[in-house]
Amino acid sequence: MLLVLLVVVILNFLMLHLAPGDIADTIAQTMGGADEQDMAELRKQYGLDQPFFIQLFNYVVRVALLDFGQSHFYNLPVFDLIMERFPATLLLVFSAQILSLFVGILLGVYAAQNPNGLSSLFVNMFSLFGYAAPVFWTGILLLIAFSLHIPIFPVSGMRDITIESGNFFVHFFDVLKHLFLPMITLASIFFAYYSRLCRASMLEVLGADFVRTAKAKGLSKKDVLLKHALKNSLSPVITFAGLSFSAVVSGAILVETVYSWPGLGTLAFNSIISRDTPVLLGILIFSTLMVTMGNLLTDLTLKALDPRIKI
Amino acid sequence: MLENEEIEEPTIKPVKEIFLTFFKSYSAVTGLIILIGIAVMGFIGPLFYPTDPFDMVWMPFSPPGTDGFLLGTDYLGRDILSQIINGARVSIAIGFSAALVSCFIGVGIGSFAGFYGGWVEETLMRLTEFFQVLPTLLFAMVIVALFGSSVLSITLAIGAVSWASVARITRSEFLRIKELDFVLASRASGSNNLALIFRVILPNAAAPIIVQSALLVGAAITFEAGLAFLGLSDPNVISWGQVIGSNRIYILDATYTVTIPGIAIFITVLAISLVGDGLNDALNPKLRSR
Repeated sequence: MLLVLLVVVILNFLMLHLAPGDIADTIAQTMGGADEQDMAELRKQYGLDQPFFIQLFNYVVRVALLDFGQSHFYNLPVFDLIMERFPATLLLVFSAQILSLFVGILLGVYAAQNPNGLSSLFVNMFSLFGYAAPVFWTGILLLIAFSLHIPIFPVSGMRDITIESGNFFVHFFDVLKHLFLPMITLASIFFAYYSRLCRASMLEVLGADFVRTAKAKGLSKKDVLLKHALKNSLSPVITFAGLSFSAVVSGAILVETVYSWPGLGTLAFNSIISRDTPVLLGILIFSTLMVTMGNLLTDLTLKALDPRIKI
Repeated sequence: MLENEEIEEPTIKPVKEIFLTFFKSYSAVTGLIILIGIAVMGFIGPLFYPTDPFDMVWMPFSPPGTDGFLLGTDYLGRDILSQIINGARVSIAIGFSAALVSCFIGVGIGSFAGFYGGWVEETLMRLTEFFQVLPTLLFAMVIVALFGSSVLSITLAIGAVSWASVARITRSEFLRIKELDFVLASRASGSNNLALIFRVILPNAAAPIIVQSALLVGAAITFEAGLAFLGLSDPNVISWGQVIGSNRIYILDATYTVTIPGIAIFITVLAISLVGDGLNDALNPKLRSR
């Protein structure tokens, strides 16, 4: 996990190094030009006159000490900017992932009992939809439908600024109301994949001997399905959900931009517009951190499901 | 696609049979026809509908159907129909070439990992895992933001971040095939490693790689649209993503400027996915119940 982060940091540095122009150029540009001497001064100040490997080492050490540089646009440390936005993205990514797993598994179990029925068709159609529809487009359609034409949900943001007082629950429901559409949008890409996998894996397990034994010993249908069959068919679904984490984070970037959700995605969008490279690189590191956290969680869940698995 | 002399080898189905299975499937043929239709529209369409997609021809935000503009005009009064027609060319070109780039990288890495094993495999698969953990959209955003938003850099960025699935599939196919008798026979008759990789094993591993690449084409088209939605598109050419990206701030006033190119993307990617499923069934019937 640490290795992954180290590689991202090195990759960041390589890209910065290979890209045309450097920090000195950017600063000179915002200052409205600088002569050769000032440029050399700036490069020296930022250590850009040092040999390649020393620069790389310095960069890695700085990042390890949580110094991601200064945002040109906000004039704040990148780390502070990201920490301010990180929880919102975390909330969106994990709630969408949990929702799509929940709905996906539910639908998968249901479809498995009726392999050629309507629910299986529905699952197949939705997984086609999840692949073909750009997620921001789905978001815009939902926004148009449920915020403009039938105004049930707020158009953008994460909280209603008019609500100042009130207890925990008032704020909780406020955030939930804002979260609902972005969460549904993001979950809409993935739940069909999960239910397809769950259906296939349930069908396989339902034919196994131990399920027949469970039925023969007179357990109720519910017990057989949920306690015996489902528990044994979950691991491929969970594994796939773990592999999907990076796609969920990528999707969150787009969904956040549609709904102006105040997370890393909108920050990334703004930093592209304002050419704020240090912020963008910091976001890349933190979103990779989020994916590795998700993977760790997946491994722990798998272990809880099946004690034979060793991490 | 596959050469005739290799028909005798175990995992390849005859070309004729592949075609027959493919064309027997209604959904695959429908997908193919739609896809060809869109490509023809993109490449020949401008001859019949010569309005320049960059020309401001009418009042901004004329809704579809008014004043003779079938799909309306965008925020600068440019004809959206013309943008859709001309955008098809760029979107499809980016989709296919980005998928080709991923395919090259993925096949290269996967085949070497699968063939050589040992530390080569360990290193290459670690690299592949790393690219699976990386949030690909953000990584591509960084590349495009740093190296400029030209069609070339966007294509390379998409290709460079989406090869992991191809590499994994190629590797697992290589692991399976390299122990088969005909490979051993070929090795015994003195083929060198490169010949074994590219002439003997790769053609037999082609089926799942082709299917995965077909899916990558669709993914690359939505990927490009996503980048463009965030404002990272080549300002000199029109692509569907670019239409969405440039109109995105007006979505609440003129939703059709974003929904129409979205529908174009949706239909195209859906068609590609149908073709991909058809290819999957035709090339490898065992995989049918994925």
